[in-house]
Amino acid sequence: MRYYDKLIFELSRPGRSAFSLPRPEKDIPACGNIWRESALDLPEVSEPDVVRHYTNLSQMNFGVDTGFYPLGSCTMKYNPKINEEIVSMFGGLHPLQPASTTQGVRDIYSFMDKALAEITGMKHFTFLPCAGAHGELTGLMLIREYHMSRGDSARTKIIVPDSAHGTNPASAAVCGLDVVVVKSRPDGLVDIEALKPLLGPDIAGIMLTNPNTLGLFEKDIKQIAELVHGCGGLLYYDGANMNPLMGVVRPGDMGFDVMHLNLHKTFSTPHGGGGPGSGPVGVCERLVPFLEKPRVSGFHGNFGVILRACAYILSLGRENVKLAGRLSTLAANYIKESLKDCFKLPIESVCKHEFVFDGLLEPNGVTTLDVAKRLLDYGFHAPTIYFPLLFHEALMIEPTETESLQTLDAFIEVMHKIAAEAAGDPELLKSAPHDTPISRPDETTAARQPILKYSKV
Amino acid sequence: MGTFAYFPHTEEDIRVMLERIGAPSLDALYSDVPEEFIRKEEYDLPSAMTEDQVRAWFESMAARNTRLKVFAGAGAYDHYTPSVIPYITSRSEFLTAYTPYQCEISQGTLRYIFEWQTMICALTGLDVANASMYDGPTAAAEAMRMCVASTRKRNTVVASSGLLPNVLEVLRTYAHYSGINLVETWDVAEAVAEGTLDLAGVIVPSINRYGLIESHLGLSDLVHGMGGLLVEYCDPSALAVVKTPAEWGADIAVGDGQTLGIPLCYGGPYVGFMACRTDLMRKLPGRIVGQTHDAQGRRAFVLTLQAREQHIRREKATSNICSNESLMALWCTVYLSLMGPEGMRRLNALCYEGSHYLKEELLATGLFSDPFPDREFLKEFVLTPRCDVPKLQQALLDAGIFGALATEEGYVSFCVTERRTREEIDNLVKVIMEAGL
Repeated sequence: MRYYDKLIFELSRPGRSAFSLPRPEKDIPACGNIWRESALDLPEVSEPDVVRHYTNLSQMNFGVDTGFYPLGSCTMKYNPKINEEIVSMFGGLHPLQPASTTQGVRDIYSFMDKALAEITGMKHFTFLPCAGAHGELTGLMLIREYHMSRGDSARTKIIVPDSAHGTNPASAAVCGLDVVVVKSRPDGLVDIEALKPLLGPDIAGIMLTNPNTLGLFEKDIKQIAELVHGCGGLLYYDGANMNPLMGVVRPGDMGFDVMHLNLHKTFSTPHGGGGPGSGPVGVCERLVPFLEKPRVSGFHGNFGVILRACAYILSLGRENVKLAGRLSTLAANYIKESLKDCFKLPIESVCKHEFVFDGLLEPNGVTTLDVAKRLLDYGFHAPTIYFPLLFHEALMIEPTETESLQTLDAFIEVMHKIAAEAAGDPELLKSAPHDTPISRPDETTAARQPILKYSKV
Repeated sequence: MGTFAYFPHTEEDIRVMLERIGAPSLDALYSDVPEEFIRKEEYDLPSAMTEDQVRAWFESMAARNTRLKVFAGAGAYDHYTPSVIPYITSRSEFLTAYTPYQCEISQGTLRYIFEWQTMICALTGLDVANASMYDGPTAAAEAMRMCVASTRKRNTVVASSGLLPNVLEVLRTYAHYSGINLVETWDVAEAVAEGTLDLAGVIVPSINRYGLIESHLGLSDLVHGMGGLLVEYCDPSALAVVKTPAEWGADIAVGDGQTLGIPLCYGGPYVGFMACRTDLMRKLPGRIVGQTHDAQGRRAFVLTLQAREQHIRREKATSNICSNESLMALWCTVYLSLMGPEGMRRLNALCYEGSHYLKEELLATGLFSDPFPDREFLKEFVLTPRCDVPKLQQALLDAGIFGALATEEGYVSFCVTERRTREEIDNLVKVIMEAGL
């Protein structure tokens, strides 16, 4: 990667253009006070300028196609190329076209509804949510609808484990629910004894990630489901960690009532630098009547993303779906077992698709941030760091099923090397990365004196 | 094993890995899962398809849709997509990256988001923009929540009935579950002037659901006088020529970036945008990119002001949004770079010319009257039909044209973008004339 220091605005020269439009006969006869008065400050550049600029920008970026991307809870698996190809077949369809002209689209939605229901054990899905957090919000709305429909209006609290993704409590707050935190036990699982006293007639439900953010399967799930259902609450499944269960275990069979899937995680659609994603929400039989009620996005959800996930399911087929989860679990356990000689494994247990180290066994002043930054020098993306919040030096590793043994071994070798560097030359890590387009930036200045847009000097 | 293209594992690899772990089999890795939850039955899914079979499957699905000449809008507009855009956005380095958590290897993403923020500020005239929202309607809903969060102990948001129907529906959903008192009215100024509301904000469209360009003269003073914030819902493409939210005195601007070269694609993915005044910056939802420098003094870009966000603040965050629509923001950024100020002016002039021509021709058929003869519009307009609407719509459909959308109030709406040629417009009018309406 090479440092490239231009912004598109700095390439601008008055009079250049890169559009391809016919000439209108006349300009808009702008009379009255409804027209723009200020100048429109957009770049004036040629088409080659644009192509070269964005190509240069792309070369300062690291993606799954660049290299290993073990970002925990993000499931950075390979994004198949056939999935991209088929999208253009559907580009020109207007979202409000009459049903008689969109039979193919509707067949795709019903195929996806059936396929996701089969994989998850849910009854039906809505495809309106545009991302995982959007799915959480939608799912919580459905939980509220269910209780309200029964006149059960006192259920205003939702239980969220302390290990949950930050989106869980945030989604609950947006949905008008009060968050009650349940502690984890030292073994990383939900503390059932701490859960029991929280349950009552004011509980709308519990949001669980299973396996949780430590990559550990909540093995008491049956008892948790009985307890929560027993008090009249519902179980929400955070599908961010669905990957290890795909083809092995179905959330619906474990007693979950509502869940979302991240099509950009489990179903291989590209993450796009932070979206577009898609967060379809599935429900069990008794919540089906409410499924279409919350109108949470403009049209039919992110159809282009749903298409890609559909292509993935067709390629995977019933033969390979059984392997996806198992191989992701295999890869995570392999790394965990290979690195626990120099990284601190806080909980000794078989993990699912991801696991968490609590920093180096012998830190020698080196932090998780330093380890993450040094990994960049060796051509790997860093794991998720400082999450979950249960461990101060959390380093959360998720390799996925699309990485070869050679790649995993190369990563393990580098991690050992970094551990040795920490012992011998900690300064090398504290000043890392050394071999990236920029070194560590001054984030304090960025936040204290925010520069959030380009201004001409 | 070893026979599926996306799984690199050979039998031998799996053996080696299991041995390191000390597990006898792949299934042994699930020994912590109660046996009753391990699925034994085959999944009822199709058998794995080859690439050619996948392609053929989608071709057969695509063949069951009808591509129509689009003369409709209502929140999704058929503007042209310069060929450069898909070429750039499909570059793996952009496409297969995630949120730029590791800024040292994400300067590409961070720089285009910074450019996007700058362009959204240029279009709206406001000071600060975020990295994107899901779509226009959800951006409006977040603006509604931001009004309530920014005005202490106030809980009423007045929304103009002139907003697009799908914007109002999403506002209703979010208001209902967030416990916000949403008041919908055609006469926003009157509702605010009554002064009886605990007013947190007002949301008005820059161009309303009939395509009419609205005047908001005096509205910001009125809303501010009552202690609320003014939100404008805008078509960013039209902002090149119509008065900007800043010029109307708005505090927040939201809308959908779809009009900036994003294909219709049956409604998504699109991209929402959000901009505001500097003093509201710390109430913005979502990601924000800022400029700083690295240890060597080189210009660098980072995610900043993260203390607003869900991964830090959890239930006290300004929003639950995490993944947004980053790649679609890149899409719009490349579009605006290609178009420049002159391209945006020309595009709007073409829309104006085509839509006004169609409206005159339709009125000349005698089958419609003009409910708003004195109002200005840009590309979308409504007429009062004096004919059978379902028959009109069917005649158009039979000719491969999607237009004459029925509105809730009994009008029919049409939209003409720069992609519609004079011949296509003339053909639409001919079809209507010959339909025996």
